Amino acid sequence: MTLAPYWSSASDFLAMGGYGLYVWGSFGVTALALLMELLALRGRRRRLEDEG
Amino acid sequence: MTRINWFYYAAPARFYGLAGRLVPWCAAAAALLTLWGLWIGLVVAPTDFQQRDSYRIIFIHVPASWMSMVLYVAMAFWSAIGLIFNARLAAMLAQAIAPTGAIMTFLSLWTGALWGKPTWGTWWVWDARLTSELILLFLYIGYLSLRGAIDDERRADRASAVLAIVGVDNVPIIYFSVQWWNTLHQGASVSLTRAPTMAAIMLQGMLVMALAMWAYAFAVIFARVRLIIREREQGAAWLRGLHPAGALP
Repeated sequence: MTLAPYWSSASDFLAMGGYGLYVWGSFGVTALALLMELLALRGRRRRLEDEG
Repeated sequence: MTRINWFYYAAPARFYGLAGRLVPWCAAAAALLTLWGLWIGLVVAPTDFQQRDSYRIIFIHVPASWMSMVLYVAMAFWSAIGLIFNARLAAMLAQAIAPTGAIMTFLSLWTGALWGKPTWGTWWVWDARLTSELILLFLYIGYLSLRGAIDDERRADRASAVLAIVGVDNVPIIYFSVQWWNTLHQGASVSLTRAPTMAAIMLQGMLVMALAMWAYAFAVIFARVRLIIREREQGAAWLRGLHPAGALP
């Protein structure tokens, strides 16, 4: 089992063999959703602290 | 052998400290496992001979789907404990799990749609697996709406616990749907009873991403349950001693 990169170039990587929209749409929205959850938690903590 | 007193941490005041100590470890594990899993899944793993690179969605889709079901069962479990033993902390845990479970369910459906389009030619079909997962999303949304609609927290605990418990039968339906019905969705690639039907490097990436999701879920849920404890126990003497006004961390 090798751990060398499969891709030959960065543009190959981004194109994902023509499935870039689907692959990056999945990974991107996941990252966005989790980031929003973390920001919502931070907002909730700040509101709590403002109330004292 | 020393006996562990499981009830020791049933007091929100004690669990608050424990959860606080666990959050950074879970968050660090989540970050490292995510980097490792993404490296394997997006960079190292070769393309699939049938689905080409669209298969890489599996590294999000399967872990998110597993979490959506595991978190629902955990939410129903703590709801039941809260209802049976009238335990505040158990109800708070159920309350803390719900938003993360809803997000995982949404991500399962979203990545499934983005995978379905190139492989099945459609974003959505009313097949048993997809429909039961959509029902899971509605159960989470129903749970959160019901909680939000009731001002008295202890009444909200009881009402939402009943909803969570009634809905839990949907989880085995999701899990076994691909066996019980003829579905467009494929059967399980990974099962406890037989060898996985995928290449070792792909399986490794998927399992690392699943562990990353577990660690993330623990970190977020422990952080959220701490906020819930503070919100709900405001004015309690222990909390005022811990966070004197104006001296919050």
